[in-house]
Amino acid sequence: MNTGTENLNSSPNASEEVDRRDFMAASMGVLAALSLTGCTKDEVEAFLQKNFRELDPEEVKSALARLEADYSERFGKKVTVEATPSRERVLFGYGLDLSRCVGCRRCVYACVKENNQSRDPQVHWIRVLQMDKEEGISFEKAEQYYDPATVPAEGKFYMPVQCQQCREPACVKTCPVGATWQEPDGIVVVDYNWCIGCRCCMAACPYGARHFNWSDPNLPAEEMNPDTHYLGNRPRPKGVVEKCTFCIQRVRKGRYPACVEICPVGARKFGNLLDEKSEIRAVMREKRVFVLKGELNTQPKFYYFYGL
Amino acid sequence: MIRFARFLIASARLVLSGGTGYRAWLVFLVALIAWGGYSYAGQLSHGLIVTNMRDQVSWAFYIGNFTFLVGVAAAAVMLVIPAYIYEWGPIKEIVILGEILAISAIVMCLLFVTVDVGHPERVWHLFPVVGRLNFPSSLLAWDFFVLNAYLGLNAVIVFHLLYSAYCRRDYNHALITPLVLLSIPAAISIHTVTAFLYNGLAARPFWNSAILAPRFIASAFCSGPAILVILFQILRRTTKFKIRDEAIWKIAELMAYAMFLNLFLFGAEIFKEYYSHTEHLLYTQYLYSGIEGHKALVPYAWLAVLCSIIAFVILLIPATRRHPITLNLGCVLIYAGVYIEKGMALVMPGFTPDTLGEIYEYVPTITEVSIGAGIFSVGFLIFTLLTKLAVAIVQGEFHAPGVPAPAEEPAAAA
Repeated sequence: MNTGTENLNSSPNASEEVDRRDFMAASMGVLAALSLTGCTKDEVEAFLQKNFRELDPEEVKSALARLEADYSERFGKKVTVEATPSRERVLFGYGLDLSRCVGCRRCVYACVKENNQSRDPQVHWIRVLQMDKEEGISFEKAEQYYDPATVPAEGKFYMPVQCQQCREPACVKTCPVGATWQEPDGIVVVDYNWCIGCRCCMAACPYGARHFNWSDPNLPAEEMNPDTHYLGNRPRPKGVVEKCTFCIQRVRKGRYPACVEICPVGARKFGNLLDEKSEIRAVMREKRVFVLKGELNTQPKFYYFYGL
Repeated sequence: MIRFARFLIASARLVLSGGTGYRAWLVFLVALIAWGGYSYAGQLSHGLIVTNMRDQVSWAFYIGNFTFLVGVAAAAVMLVIPAYIYEWGPIKEIVILGEILAISAIVMCLLFVTVDVGHPERVWHLFPVVGRLNFPSSLLAWDFFVLNAYLGLNAVIVFHLLYSAYCRRDYNHALITPLVLLSIPAAISIHTVTAFLYNGLAARPFWNSAILAPRFIASAFCSGPAILVILFQILRRTTKFKIRDEAIWKIAELMAYAMFLNLFLFGAEIFKEYYSHTEHLLYTQYLYSGIEGHKALVPYAWLAVLCSIIAFVILLIPATRRHPITLNLGCVLIYAGVYIEKGMALVMPGFTPDTLGEIYEYVPTITEVSIGAGIFSVGFLIFTLLTKLAVAIVQGEFHAPGVPAPAEEPAAAA
């Protein structure tokens, strides 16, 4: 898997260097031309920025600095944009205990807060489906907009669905410009500066995990989370696709995703699939796990199980 | 070079002059383009929120029209095959119009995709070297490639034939013959690749059927010629362009065969869905009977089936095929039927219900309709102007000054 993080660590070979010089020369020309349109230098630089995976360390640094300056000004506080790379021998996996989930949707809103989703229109990376115990798991009969006074409702159970972080992601395959890819630690990410907004990935995703910014995201400055990652929760422009990243800005620093942390019943488990002592491996060993829509061969790293 | 520049200037003057009706038509088209352009400016500043597309139905009116028009563009091949391979005289004269139609349709296709994406200014991300085209794994990358290649191919053919005729010299056979032969597989491939764009998505059972591409081809071979048959009759009336009845009847006959194939494949799909009766039937049910009271598409779906069947019967029977009234009725019905089938009725049920079972019933907004009308007007405008030019050149009315008329009409070359 080719990733930006690999580029951060490896020096480009000679032919790439020539390509880059040509590209730089060409972009200087375009830069000059675009300045005539009345765009600021930053806007022009952002427009000409290459795919994140092709940026060299210097370019990454300047892209991050540019974004930090832009966001800090826009939200009136110090915003950091990091590009923490994935760690060696880490493959993130997730477990969700269907017998514990009570459908309170705290995860939904913790996610919105942590990941700077639009508040109006609301963008939710987690969708909680209410299902009938008598029917069992059936998307056809599921209800997303349930609203009882208290949960869990009589005779119902709940199935939260978010990005299943597939090993064979259909979304990555369909993207015409390589704006979305799987990182070495298994997280499927989007480069919001490269996405053209064609929405092929949304048509391809079997889990409804991808969300489009149909309008400019409305993110109140006081609610904005200033600790961001380039491939994760940094503010998005309109017209691009976004999705759950297992809270890449947290998990790459050894923290839990926000949804795991907030869950009041402990239904959410998270850890390194390559570490036998991890929580997720313990779940897989002790319980019987299953994945959603296994027949599609997407091979999710998101496992459901019945803990009780 | 000077002659070519003069050609361009004179062409521009020619296509902009005409009778009151012609000029009114141009004004009408430009007005619709302005309306669409105004709406698009609004969409650019507010985002795609001004459409009724949402996460549940993430492609809709724009992509439906795109799909339909790829079929129209592909259908130009239907006229090219008999004309060039079988040297069938009567059609050969009018093939150039089929190719002009292909150019217009492809331009519309590219515009519909452009208005559908969130960041059209990032189109360079698709270009080789500077961008990062995800080829060969992304079908949209393939589509981008084949559509542009097909546009280039037809543009070269049409402009070379016209410019040669304008200069009153024979066209370059070594260039044109291979290009025309190449355009045949290219036409098939643009529609196949477009079908695969949907077909390859296992997440959407409604499209994940192996006969989707054959169905696309069959329906394109109905709708494209249907437009041409009507246009030929208009041209016959309004210009000195000679199009023989037998050419039109032949096209109509080919349309009947294509419609038979289309209906057969449709029936095969319907049988499989309803007899096996799996949970994947839901999408077909949404289309033909509605689910849980959501029935927005139902009347259109049945209208499409009805149009296709009636048109098939009309074009199958020689007497109705040859009668001008029933022939045109058949063409209109085919056009309407395929427009519904390959537009809304293809795209929407794929998303309804969505992958998690939610039903979001989509109906286009005025913004979407106006942008669509603007794009269709761009296509009609290109077709009108190029046809005006082609007719004048092929008729020998418009040619380079000072070049003596050859013994043979250049029209035969086209």
